[in-house]
Amino acid sequence: MNNILVTKEVTKQYGEYTALNKVSLEIPKNSIYGLLGPNGAGKTTLIRIINQITYPDQGEVYFNGELLKPHHIAMMGYLPEERGLYKNMKVGEQVLYLAQLKGLSKTEAKKRLKYWFERLDIGDWWNKKTQELSKGMAQKIQFIVTVLHEPKLLIFDEPFSGFDPINANIIKDEILRLKENGTSIIFSTHRMESVEELCEYIALIHQSEKILDGKLSDIKKAYKNNIFKVGLETDNGDVMLNELSEKFQVLESAYHPSEKQLDFSVQLPSNDSGEMLAYLSGKANINHFMETVPSASEIFIQTVQSKDAHE
Amino acid sequence: MNKLSLIIKREYLAKVRNKSFVIMTFLSPVLMVAMVVLIAYLTKLNDSEKRIIAVLNESNYFSRDFLSTESTGYVNFTAIDLQTAKDSTSNLGYYGLLYIPHKSDLELVAEHSFFYSKDAPNTMILNQLEAVFQDRLQQQKLQSLGVSAEEFAKIDNSFEIKASTFTGELNLKGINEIKAFIGGGFGYLIMMFIIIYGGFVMRSVIEEKTSRIIEVIISSVKPFQLMLGKIIGTSLAGITQFAIWIVSAGFLLLIAFSFFDIDPAALNSSANLTSNMEVGVSPIPSADGVMQLYAQELFKIPWVMLITFFLIYFILGYLIYSSIYAAIGAAVDNETDTQQFIFPIILPLMLGIYVGFFSVFSNPHGPIAVGFSLFPLTSPIVMLMRLPGGIGEGGVPIWQLITSIVLLIITFIGIVWLAAKIYRVGILMYGKKPSYKELFKWLKY
Repeated sequence: MNNILVTKEVTKQYGEYTALNKVSLEIPKNSIYGLLGPNGAGKTTLIRIINQITYPDQGEVYFNGELLKPHHIAMMGYLPEERGLYKNMKVGEQVLYLAQLKGLSKTEAKKRLKYWFERLDIGDWWNKKTQELSKGMAQKIQFIVTVLHEPKLLIFDEPFSGFDPINANIIKDEILRLKENGTSIIFSTHRMESVEELCEYIALIHQSEKILDGKLSDIKKAYKNNIFKVGLETDNGDVMLNELSEKFQVLESAYHPSEKQLDFSVQLPSNDSGEMLAYLSGKANINHFMETVPSASEIFIQTVQSKDAHE
Repeated sequence: MNKLSLIIKREYLAKVRNKSFVIMTFLSPVLMVAMVVLIAYLTKLNDSEKRIIAVLNESNYFSRDFLSTESTGYVNFTAIDLQTAKDSTSNLGYYGLLYIPHKSDLELVAEHSFFYSKDAPNTMILNQLEAVFQDRLQQQKLQSLGVSAEEFAKIDNSFEIKASTFTGELNLKGINEIKAFIGGGFGYLIMMFIIIYGGFVMRSVIEEKTSRIIEVIISSVKPFQLMLGKIIGTSLAGITQFAIWIVSAGFLLLIAFSFFDIDPAALNSSANLTSNMEVGVSPIPSADGVMQLYAQELFKIPWVMLITFFLIYFILGYLIYSSIYAAIGAAVDNETDTQQFIFPIILPLMLGIYVGFFSVFSNPHGPIAVGFSLFPLTSPIVMLMRLPGGIGEGGVPIWQLITSIVLLIITFIGIVWLAAKIYRVGILMYGKKPSYKELFKWLKY
């Protein structure tokens, strides 16, 4: 069993409105799985179903090979996008309470909290009132509460919102370390650069349906559009460019005579760049020759837009 | 189960440690005692003021009829004219002047008598004066009919009809009202508790929603557990508060009484006296004996039964209403949006109290009283008003009691189920002020 979580044709309706339509996902163990999609696509509904906050109308969810049951909740950690803390409770009391709700004993919870508080360098916050915490400080507390019971599956919904870049990095490193230690992570976000950085797998949900999923590197390969960026060193760039344009589909170009530098991008009919390279060799010095790979962000926008265009 | 007790504990501590709760808990008995003491003190002060009334009597009557009492003194003016008498009355600071002119016969005298005072006179004083006149007029008329003053004095005009049940137990006038009043006290307590602590439950739900902790909690416990834990924790805080109030109020009253030298027993008897007057029992020679009977009757109220049922109705009623409050809290985003939902909850409670006081007092087993004591949303209040009359023969029929409790339990299950559904959906809904129609839709999610 290589998947920590599998959803099979999960459908959820709120009255007339379909929040999720037959969404099937396979989330591999020990990976970071990006759950992407525009606002209102159904990500939060899916996450709530995984957390058993709500239940699907149709379809099944399997956790670690077993049909999802209430006792699985102790093996999951969920950091919701809309997260808060009790205002009138002290930090220590509050984290103890939340940890105990996750099923930890009081002594065990205390021990682990001490470890985490020191790890994130917030040991002196224990007796602070929650009201006194800044947003970023509260986020750290919530992060600790989420991971404290060492769940097998962690679900982060926009985990970096509210963090300054330094603290966002600390949290990112903690997430990567948790993954190293064998935790599987579902990661829901709009921030595409963190998707590139962290996720091995992604699924794209749009208008209640899954429209794309798989390994990020595979998806990128599939989305390659055979555009290459080329930089040449040549004395007569303009002539060269004219010749090129006759033979190939040149998209953009720029010639800097002072530096004898010609830059252009070209659309090739296939992924085979041999013909292009053969043509160029001997005619000029090739400074760089590079295939453009679409970013996750581009894939996101492209897929969503093409889906919308079809409708 | 373990999670539930954790939630109960947190809710309880959150409530009990709250500053306003602490202040309310400890200030209220002090305020209450201060009020009782103030009333007692003012009453004493009021009693001690002696009103003096000047009497200018130019007639041949009433020479020995106006006798000074503890609260009213009479001073006779003689051989001065009315204007001088008025002036000197006000100069001397007397309460008023009673002017009795010289006329040929008593009726004319009475007709032309006047009472002058600075302000509009106290009704009690006027009643006192009128009573003297009426007495004399009555005597004179009887004399003209041939009844002597001695004979008149012998006439005992007080009468009371004696009432008994068919089984021969002596019935006391007004005892039903007193009993319903005791039951009403319990009913009122339930209503207050529901409104105050239901409100606390609601606010606590709203707080969790607005602080956005709800989704964190809900991913580790079931919404129903959270709702139940909240309701129980808050009610335990409420019970703690009541217990503190009762104990400290009793303690403080004791201190206050000993400090102000008020005899609680004396207060008791005067209280009984007023209750007698209220129910229209005129003091008759054997008043002490009747008092004894009333006391016996009150002791005969099945207190153990009453308190047992109080607890049953209290718990079920509170759970029903507070789960509605929890659902309301879940449905809205802030307290100002709750008004439209709260009114329909308070309505049956108020109805219970008022219908209870009007119909149970006049007829504890009449159709209105029975109907409202069966209807689940009012039964906790109305049934408790009827119960001091006993169960079974002469009291609440057993079938009514059982029906009422069964209906209450069914309603409890139904309402908690519905409330939990609304709660489950509502706590995760933000930014919308829901309508009733929308709440109805949520039930189907």
